[in-house]
Amino acid sequence: MAGKTLYDKLWDDHLVRQNEDGSALIYIDRQILHEVTSPQAFEGLRLAGRKPWRIDANLATPDHNVPTTERSAGVDKIEDPVSRIQVKTLDSNCDEFGITEFKMNDQRQGIVHVVGPEQGMTLPGTTVVCGDSHTSTHGAFGALAHGIGTSEVEHVLATQCLIAKKMKNMLVRVDGELGKGVTAKDVVLHIIGVIGTAGGTGYAIEFGGSAIRSISMEGRMTICNMAIEAGARVGLVAVDDTTIEYFRGRPYSPTGAQWDAAVEAWKELVSDEDARFDTLVEIKAEDIQPQVTWGTSPEMVAPVNALVPNPDAETDAVKADGIRRALQYMGLKADQKITDIQLDRVFIGSCTNSRIEDLRAAAEVVKGRKVAPTIKQALVVPGSGLVKAQAEAEGLDKVFVEAGLEWREPGCSMCLAMNPDKLGQGEHCASTSNRNFEGRQGFGGRTHLVSPAMAAAAAVTGHFVDVRELMQ
Amino acid sequence: MRKFTQHIGIAAPLDRANVDTDMIIPKQFLKSIKRAGFGPNLFDELRYLDEGQPDQDCAGRPLNKDFVLNKPRYLGTSVLLARENFGCGSSREHAPWALDDFGIRAIIAPSFADIFYNNCFKNGLLPIVLPEAQVDQLFKEVEATEGYQLTVDLERQVVVTPSGEEFAFEVDNFRKHCLLNGLDDIGLTLQHADEIKAYEARRRESAPWLFDAIK
Ligand code: SF4
Repeated sequence: MAGKTLYDKLWDDHLVRQNEDGSALIYIDRQILHEVTSPQAFEGLRLAGRKPWRIDANLATPDHNVPTTERSAGVDKIEDPVSRIQVKTLDSNCDEFGITEFKMNDQRQGIVHVVGPEQGMTLPGTTVVCGDSHTSTHGAFGALAHGIGTSEVEHVLATQCLIAKKMKNMLVRVDGELGKGVTAKDVVLHIIGVIGTAGGTGYAIEFGGSAIRSISMEGRMTICNMAIEAGARVGLVAVDDTTIEYFRGRPYSPTGAQWDAAVEAWKELVSDEDARFDTLVEIKAEDIQPQVTWGTSPEMVAPVNALVPNPDAETDAVKADGIRRALQYMGLKADQKITDIQLDRVFIGSCTNSRIEDLRAAAEVVKGRKVAPTIKQALVVPGSGLVKAQAEAEGLDKVFVEAGLEWREPGCSMCLAMNPDKLGQGEHCASTSNRNFEGRQGFGGRTHLVSPAMAAAAAVTGHFVDVRELMQ
Repeated sequence: MRKFTQHIGIAAPLDRANVDTDMIIPKQFLKSIKRAGFGPNLFDELRYLDEGQPDQDCAGRPLNKDFVLNKPRYLGTSVLLARENFGCGSSREHAPWALDDFGIRAIIAPSFADIFYNNCFKNGLLPIVLPEAQVDQLFKEVEATEGYQLTVDLERQVVVTPSGEEFAFEVDNFRKHCLLNGLDDIGLTLQHADEIKAYEARRRESAPWLFDAIK
């Protein structure tokens, strides 16, 4: 019998019941809640007179709607009434049901996918769900993590289980050594460029190979975060020493004898040598350059030194049409240099790239430089209050502010423009977030996805530039 | 979920085809954080003469007296007669939420939009498809008789008129089972509560560090 993949092991470990029709009940160890997709789920519980199955499996924090400007006046002073109500509702629901919540001005508050791992809530071998598609992030720790809808949030609250069907296994292996200035974000954008935004549909993707092994936990989270942009609800990285070290001393990590037992168990969380994957994608690390998306889908991506593609050179009529529409929306010309794209705003943040390592990389580039005068706004939004505090302890906030970037309070911010941070119509933004869909960062806004270092380089030059040129 | 076995109630005729979900509950009310409380805004644009705003008290708003559900004789309606393609448009679950909150328990029409049809079952509402001619007959009878009530018997899969005439309807066995027993996905999963508890006990043994850590 062939060995098991990491995904197979996680699935088998959580199987409560297999139904004849192929669906199954899997047990959920951890659920993270935020203000946008939870209110109706709580309301559903109330209407049905149900209680959460297990309080201690849940953790909540508001992130999507919270303002990232000075907010010490509290939730009552959130200007947008709809946002205010959603944040207050999360607070009152958590109070009513006894769920642990890091409220807006708690230092532990932040983006759900930053907070979960940071607290050791997400642990290797757990199942993690959240009403947010980027829950795939948590797979970086060898956890089985799914984004779910509101009715499923309620289902998990009430039953501690999810109705799921087993996915297929894909291995994306990145071998070799990453070049200087090439980051995890470039790796995942490159992968999406290779397999396409639907390439991972129906699969759990495991990222492996020597290049992935050499990447830090922060970087692995960036990669798994965007598995969903490749169509896969689940991204995974096998557990190794880097994973285990990450959890030492986290607030919800096991301690003492339980730590030792946990580490023993976690070491099993790798795909067996003889495991069978349905699909294998092999990538050479040396082929990966700093990436920039030029279009309106994450697969519309190219190396920074390339040209914007020409639809006339595309033989597939549907694709050519897609390129034409994207260029039209983005206000770009075929065959223009990517480095000639002028920018209006820069956003460094989001669950993809708002961790300490991301901020360090951006600060290193802007240090001693100034934001270009043509840039209207350059935002740095840390992923959590703890990341913010750490960055301030390292003096990164001063580096940013001296260079002319704004240093903000933690939240999702301009990633989806549900709070006041938005792009104006037609504005180009170098953004470290994960989606470049039409209107994502504001009506008519034009998003280019890049790494934090590339975003910082764009901020100080006013256009895209190969960050390696600034690293001499 | 609430059980649906048999229901007797006042019927009202909503005589227009292609009633979409925007008509059932306009988009400005989707910002709500609730699943309940949409009833006062059900058919908002048809029902009131002014433009509705979220969080507004609807009691003082000018009513459109010609709209069927505003007529005194249809007060307390719980069975809605409708025309073809009822519930078309977006997938918003707010549409069945609004109907339910208003007090509607069953909707009879020659056809329904797919997603809406599904959403009804998730929320304890029974959508009933009858042939056009029978729906027509019901429209005529309800308009002719004040206080006209219909009986909907899910067990026997029939709609019964006041004169005792019966119209049979089809319904998927699984959905029927769920409605009769008041089972939603959650209810069904909870039928396996013992298996979940058994799993949980094993999990507590094998990974005790995952319990009682978050407080
Ligand atoms: S940062 Fe963006 S992608 Fe991430 S959870 Fe927030 S809104 Fe979603």
